[in-house]
Amino acid sequence: MQMSGAELLIQALKDEGVQIMFGYPGGVLLDFYNALFGSGLRHIMTRHEQAAAHAADGYARATGKVGVCMATSGPGATNLVTGIATAYMDSIPIVALTGQVATHMIGGDAFQEADIVGITRPITKHSYLVTKTEDLPRIVREAFYIAGTGRPGPVVVDLPKDVLSGKGKYSRPDKVEIRGYRPSVNGHKGQMKRVLTEIRKAKRPVIYAGGGIIISGVAEELLLFAERNRIPVTTTLLGLGGFPGDHPLFLGMLGMHGTYQANMTIHSSDLVIAIGARFDDRVTGNVAKFAPEAKVVHIDIDPSAISKNIAVHLPVVGDIREILSSLNNLQKDEEPVWNEIRESWLERVDQWGRERPLEYDRTSSQIKPQYVIERLSELCPDDTIITTEVGQNQMWTAQFFRFRHPRTLLSSGGLGAMGYGFPAAMGAQFAFPDRLVVDIAGDGSIQMNIQELATVAQHNLPVKILILNNCFLGMVRQWQELFYEARYSSTCLVSNPDFVKIAEAYGVKGIRIDRKEDVDAGLKEMMEHEGPVVVNCIVDREECVFPMVPAGAATNEMMFSSKKKQAKKLRAVK
Amino acid sequence: MRHTISVTVENKFGVLARVAGLFSGRGFNIESLSVGETLDPSVSRMTIVTRGDDRIIEQVIKQLRKLIDVIKVSDLTGTSFVERELILIKVKAKESSRAEILRINEIFRGKTVDVSPDTYTFLITGDQDKTDAFVRLVKPFGIKEIVRTGKVAIAREI
Repeated sequence: MQMSGAELLIQALKDEGVQIMFGYPGGVLLDFYNALFGSGLRHIMTRHEQAAAHAADGYARATGKVGVCMATSGPGATNLVTGIATAYMDSIPIVALTGQVATHMIGGDAFQEADIVGITRPITKHSYLVTKTEDLPRIVREAFYIAGTGRPGPVVVDLPKDVLSGKGKYSRPDKVEIRGYRPSVNGHKGQMKRVLTEIRKAKRPVIYAGGGIIISGVAEELLLFAERNRIPVTTTLLGLGGFPGDHPLFLGMLGMHGTYQANMTIHSSDLVIAIGARFDDRVTGNVAKFAPEAKVVHIDIDPSAISKNIAVHLPVVGDIREILSSLNNLQKDEEPVWNEIRESWLERVDQWGRERPLEYDRTSSQIKPQYVIERLSELCPDDTIITTEVGQNQMWTAQFFRFRHPRTLLSSGGLGAMGYGFPAAMGAQFAFPDRLVVDIAGDGSIQMNIQELATVAQHNLPVKILILNNCFLGMVRQWQELFYEARYSSTCLVSNPDFVKIAEAYGVKGIRIDRKEDVDAGLKEMMEHEGPVVVNCIVDREECVFPMVPAGAATNEMMFSSKKKQAKKLRAVK
Repeated sequence: MRHTISVTVENKFGVLARVAGLFSGRGFNIESLSVGETLDPSVSRMTIVTRGDDRIIEQVIKQLRKLIDVIKVSDLTGTSFVERELILIKVKAKESSRAEILRINEIFRGKTVDVSPDTYTFLITGDQDKTDAFVRLVKPFGIKEIVRTGKVAIAREI
């Protein structure tokens, strides 16, 4: 049967199991949107294409499935770029469908033409420009396969107008065969045995787990592995939730705003076992001084991640799901080995935790942002999904919210894209309509995609937006305070709107919290309301995120307050 | 150190841009690059010559392997292989030096492919040492123009 390209595309998406997609129509997509109407494929129209990309990303992070977004040619496609780059940096599977001018017009500077395949080449795992209608089913199949397997990532499929309006037959290939792409890699058995040997020899081991734990769904294997070998665990921002946040072996996040305990442990260890992580600069600080006494084991599916930033002594390349379960199997019948030296190591690690736990001024009469997050963490259900924007709100969330389960924190880690949290929360909420989804936002970030209030209002989507409002671009302000003589250049948000009124104008409930004693009641009111809510929580304006490893310093060179002297000393380091 | 990397890729549009973008996006330089179809018309072979320390070359190769359209990557450097380059070179040839220039060309077993009252155009093939040496030798006479193919390389059987 002959079908139009648009119909072929919809059929192909359905055959990939797509239940929902996020998009924004436009001229060259009229054929698609016409076929979509009444097709049974759910489409959510966002109010900006960037939000469609972030929503697809949030959906993918919350579910583990491939997220789908769509935008028209030219400006629609370029508006997806930030969302695609976000997904690329954090290895999130999304398929971005873009409209394109008709094939005979490509290259002629047609109306709303942009070379989106060219523009996104460095920020995609792969991309396609479809030139023939009958190729559509195969290309969609390949795009989903590439996006979701191996180290996941975004795939762009560019769809010229005549490809969508042309006719073709639907035939879905049974399996995908791409000779240059063999994503499933089993770990080298010899290397795995060597890992176990290193663990037996190690006196001060630590596990450093990244987003790969979440992507591969190996939280349970990791827990088993860490407990059996009695190795403390720290995670990256993207790894939070991959290890229970209240477990005695858990050290909290490491890196620039990591805990004292995590950073001191890594710095003093003699064996760092990195699993599904990539030694990002926010984690390592000064690479020359990173874990100076440690041997480094690196388990990752991406060979190019090995020894990219840090020299790795013992790499194991492969799917960490397969590798961790093999390691656990190899140890199944072994007596756990650790000796007195290891016991004293754990004692030392605990001591760091007691010496300098995460702190803030709990006696302050002002609302401290950390307090709000602690209270939320306490009051909300166990399966709550938290998204964040980028900046102080993100770091305080990482520090003070206790994540216990995988896929409960969605945050733009690698790219650090402000405006991510709200649309990502929409994606997660559409996937899980019955769970509580909260975007912990700043007053700066929320204004980058605030137009999506129209989308949540339209669908009565119960996303909660908790704005920690300090009338500043807080993280940049913090750096200005610490390293630029408190010259607050372009960081003071003096003409913020009244967020409660903004919410109400969209038909969304708004709550204002401006007294510490009202925090609990306000949060409860937010959680109990059945529809979307915007909470405008007025927090201490000049609170800083500590501890902090200044850029270029080693992970053990943390600052704990903005006291002038220490700042000055560390400014020299910078 | 200079490395000669042989890469087989899908013979599709856009693949060269992906490979070139991989180098430029990381600040790695391509010294020469040549592309052509293989026996299988759906596959092209690229011969890329690049410079870098071991870490950079390792990254280059790993990143190349990550590209979906790349089928196989081999670093020929350190193995036994044959490499050749072809150059077309237009040399100024005045009355007094014409004979000497021709003699040099003969020694290099070059071909004279064009001649005019005051120039010769030669075709020289060989490995880079040879082509470089030729260029050095005729430079004093004056080189009007030079075109190089970039290197192609193939592994030896034994």
